[in-house]
Amino acid sequence: MKIQEADAKSLLVAQGLPVPAWAVAHTATEARAAAERFLGEGAEKVVIKAQVLVGGRGKAGGVKLAGSADEAERVAQAILDLEIKGIPVRKVLVGPAADIAKEYYLSAVLDRASRRIILMGSAEGGVEIEQVAAERPEAIVTLPTDPLLGLLPFQAREMAFRLGLGAHLKDAVAIATGLVRTMQAYDADLVEINPLAIVREAGADGAVTQRLQCLDAKVNLDDSALYRHPSLEALRDPDEEDPADREAREAGLTFIKLDGTIGCMVNGAGLAMTTMDLVKRAGGEPANFLDIGGGARADKVAAAMRLILADTKVNAILVNIFGGITRGDEVARGLIEARAQQARDVPMVVRIVGTNAAEADVLLREAQFHTADTLDDAAAQAVAASKAAVA
Amino acid sequence: MSILIDRSSRVVVHGLTGREGSFHGQAMLEYGTQVVAGMTPGKGGQTALDGRVPVFDTVADAVRETGADTSCIFVPAAGAPDAVMEAAAAGIKTIFCITEGIPALDMIPVVEKVRAAGARLIGPNCPGATSPGRSKVGIIPGSIHREGRVGVVSRSGTLTYEAVQAMTDAGIGQSTCVGIGGDPVIGTTFLDVLQLFAADPETEAIVLIGEIGGAAEETAAAWAAEHLRDVPKAAFIAGRTAPEGKRMGHAGAIISGGAGTAASKVEALEAAGFRVAGSPTELPQLLRDAGFRG
Repeated sequence: MKIQEADAKSLLVAQGLPVPAWAVAHTATEARAAAERFLGEGAEKVVIKAQVLVGGRGKAGGVKLAGSADEAERVAQAILDLEIKGIPVRKVLVGPAADIAKEYYLSAVLDRASRRIILMGSAEGGVEIEQVAAERPEAIVTLPTDPLLGLLPFQAREMAFRLGLGAHLKDAVAIATGLVRTMQAYDADLVEINPLAIVREAGADGAVTQRLQCLDAKVNLDDSALYRHPSLEALRDPDEEDPADREAREAGLTFIKLDGTIGCMVNGAGLAMTTMDLVKRAGGEPANFLDIGGGARADKVAAAMRLILADTKVNAILVNIFGGITRGDEVARGLIEARAQQARDVPMVVRIVGTNAAEADVLLREAQFHTADTLDDAAAQAVAASKAAVA
Repeated sequence: MSILIDRSSRVVVHGLTGREGSFHGQAMLEYGTQVVAGMTPGKGGQTALDGRVPVFDTVADAVRETGADTSCIFVPAAGAPDAVMEAAAAGIKTIFCITEGIPALDMIPVVEKVRAAGARLIGPNCPGATSPGRSKVGIIPGSIHREGRVGVVSRSGTLTYEAVQAMTDAGIGQSTCVGIGGDPVIGTTFLDVLQLFAADPETEAIVLIGEIGGAAEETAAAWAAEHLRDVPKAAFIAGRTAPEGKRMGHAGAIISGGAGTAASKVEALEAAGFRVAGSPTELPQLLRDAGFRG
């Protein structure tokens, strides 16, 4: 589960990491009030950042500075009017603009290949790390943490020295340790600070000091672990969750909406992807990924059918079930029930093999469903039905 | 021969008295697997599967009383990491964890503990393995198999069944079929299984079924290019049409930052001499094309 920057920052603060103050505004007026407060507290400028769960906010014009409350209101409104990668901006983060001396990158990430948490850092922060990795891989420092003990203090020190943060050793070690601690505390698979920055701060006496601050934060949570962090479920952003995704999640289905016209209902994730691929290969476009899971019963099948048909672009449906734990006749009953209830009639091709496939076949024939024997054949038939619906 | 399991494997099923455990325990027994013990804390002394299998409170008891050497874990996600570590501590050498939905970070120390104990973990979130005609451990339907000489390794469940069924229908049998699981942190990788197949005299050809996410297929391909040069090899990769940044059902099936794409895996496999199928149904023909005569 992805969470918004402001929520990610709250998690870092809860783990004792240094994050500058911020406020979340849903309207330009709220943004103005927040800007007034930060400017009144001595900030020369404020930064206003779109809160959306996609990357590339800066390039899309979703991150801007403002030097006055008026300007903040104007800039906030402009950002709130944006759509970034198809997602309307519904809120912005407002904070004092930092006086940045140098930017770094630091993250804790679950590394599948080494099966460990790795700490990744770079003295080239503030830009996309994928770009640094592609152009100058030697600029990235990677340290595998201990599988049993996590990040060891000497590793945190090594990271600090290799990034050239020796002058800020204590803070850098605390931040690196805190990143891994944040990851473990909330079961994240990524905790990323980009940029981590040396920031100049003027004290009350006018003397300028420098210290490390986490200026941005990105945290991805492991969906499988949410059951033991009930409070984190509240960070799921309802604004950015498609209603269909929510219905699927609540029905225990895995559903991902795509752009095509052929609705797919499959048991098993690998087979569901394969079914999409074969639809494409047969010249069609899949409308969705939908895994009804193992042992899916009739009510689940009916819920899956509702989800597929809610997409008005869908003009053909392909059902592909390889019964293992799932019993083919259960799925067939669910399909018959779902068809009796469904609002619109869409051509459907059903292929059920494996456990209780013979019983399923009898049921489907009686109910006059269109059936197919092989996966390739089923895909070809679904594509033909979709094309016929358009013609 | 075969890999991981054979006629001599003595299996303890964790959660044998539960719904899933009893259903699949029964199916394993019917297939001919030596299911020698069940393990459910608090039910030690009882029997399961119509009195045919004794149940123990601990894995250590099961090992001592029955000589179990293989675990099959059906316990819920919250308890599964502990179940794996209990099996390893009790001296079980081959541990299949079928459970799905285990938090990924939980598996990091578990994989290390299993390694330190000198055991092998397959999964989690995997369908298990079958050595046709000898033994099956997990949830793969026994009916799809045929005895033979092709080693099959896959990250999926039902997709594997699809591919295996296609092979069986075409008269191509399997030495062992292994599902390694769709999670980001798993005990046994594609590379590990290829190494086992390479050492198995009865495995004469290999089918690898991968999917988007991570780079385990690429790593395995690089090894195969060097060590399995003369072995007929075919592969299938699911997720050519998967969008970036979305988890496609399996926790590990995600393209992120342009890495883990189907295209990258297909390219690596083809470069290593695998014939890559556009559909699982093409795998039997591709094996024949690659020179497999079994």
